[in-house]
Amino acid sequence: MVDFGFGLVPSSRINLDLFDKQKYEELASVEPDVRKCMSCGSCTAVCTAGNFVTTSLREAIESIHNGQPGKALEMLGSCQLCGKCAMVCPRGINTRHLILSINKIYGKI
Amino acid sequence: MKNNVLIVGGGPAGLEASSQLQRLGYNVILIERSAALGGHLAKWDRLFPSGVSAQDALKTLLGRIEGVKCFTDTEVQSINRLDKSYNVILSNGITVLADAVLMTTGFDLFEASRKEEYGYGIYNQVMTNADLEAYFRNHSDKRIDNPRRIGFVHCVGSRDEKAGCRSCSKVCCATAVKQAIEMKQAFPEADVFCFYMDLRLFGRHYEDMYLKAQKDYGIRFIRGRVAEVAENADGSLQVKAEDTVASKPLKVSLDLLVLMAGMRPSVSGRRVGELLEVPVEEDGYFSVREGIVSGQRSPLPGIFLAGAATGPKTLPDTLADARAAAVLVDDYLSGIFTEAKHYKNLVRELW
Ligand code: SF4
Ligand code: SF4
Ligand code: SF4
Repeated sequence: MVDFGFGLVPSSRINLDLFDKQKYEELASVEPDVRKCMSCGSCTAVCTAGNFVTTSLREAIESIHNGQPGKALEMLGSCQLCGKCAMVCPRGINTRHLILSINKIYGKI
Repeated sequence: MKNNVLIVGGGPAGLEASSQLQRLGYNVILIERSAALGGHLAKWDRLFPSGVSAQDALKTLLGRIEGVKCFTDTEVQSINRLDKSYNVILSNGITVLADAVLMTTGFDLFEASRKEEYGYGIYNQVMTNADLEAYFRNHSDKRIDNPRRIGFVHCVGSRDEKAGCRSCSKVCCATAVKQAIEMKQAFPEADVFCFYMDLRLFGRHYEDMYLKAQKDYGIRFIRGRVAEVAENADGSLQVKAEDTVASKPLKVSLDLLVLMAGMRPSVSGRRVGELLEVPVEEDGYFSVREGIVSGQRSPLPGIFLAGAATGPKTLPDTLADARAAAVLVDDYLSGIFTEAKHYKNLVRELW
């Protein structure tokens, strides 16, 4: 079963003690720019998929930092890799590449 | 005749204004109530944004005050306004006939124990920004024993009406980011969290420092004010906040919590202000005559203000304010004591 990190937290409270540092470092080693996100929300504002289904790279990154990778995958499930978010990100993050890496690393069964 | 200028407070503002006024040809008397010059700067280790040594900066300032009459361990005892000047009696028995008084009385750090919910003075693993600077200087503090998880709490005693301070202390966001980086440098394995409401990184290079903190040091910034701290049985801390970006309550256990105590008006500065009857504003800092165009003049004749006496300032702000005050003091004295001009022109020709 995929461990989405929910099982241990029955309440919706974020528990940073559950943050998987090793996995995060794995992501950050291929996507060092993930650390640069400043939660501005530009990516979410322009997201094409977001017009129809809740899709938010900002929230996905936030969820990973908060020890809730399951939610991160959910937030990116409908992404079409159109790259609009990369055009607006003020920190110049290669968002498409980051989204692929998040899926690759956290989507592993 | 040389005009006397009395400067009250021997921190950076007082030192810089002393040196400038001395060079302009005035007879400068600088008094400091504590045993040493330098104010808070003397206790600090490194300065944001570039991390230069606070002690080197202080040495530079001290190196410029040659000729200034400095009295440490000295306070103002009483003040009488005469026709054009002030008769000031100092606690060391000396009387000064001051033609202008410059208040560079600075600030006090907020007493962090007053925010009881953060547990300073109650839980062992809670310290302040000033305690951490002391640790950086002497490398010893019983609270710091290879911490693995460190939290920084922004706005302690600032932006908090219940703590008696609605305003922002201006320097503590940058200080938190600086100290967070320094802790990562000292303990590369540690996880470091900064709890902020707004990140106020307004100055030149401050944003670069923030980016570096995220990118190179992996420091995690969580938007939300720490609301509650409790101690676990093993002595670690349980910290609660809301992650207001995620709209979720959040908890984390930490080995060390650093409180960014803000700036409060200096109590001893206020006492001197009362003797002079310098008005203060609601925030407790001295009023200025025209805040935007000449923020270094008090509403009273011959009384000037510089540095954190008129509200929180960074060190460069303070030094610029002190230089500005020196110019305004010079303008004022040149207008009132016209015979002094001749002397000053002579001094200037000598350069
Ligand atoms: S790449 Fe994905 S997340 Fe980014 S705007 Fe396009 S659909 Fe949205
Ligand atoms: S646009 Fe960039 S910086 Fe802004 S939230 Fe999205 S990823 Fe983060
Ligand atoms: S500078 Fe930052 S930490 Fe300090 S009071 Fe202002 S917002 Fe709070």
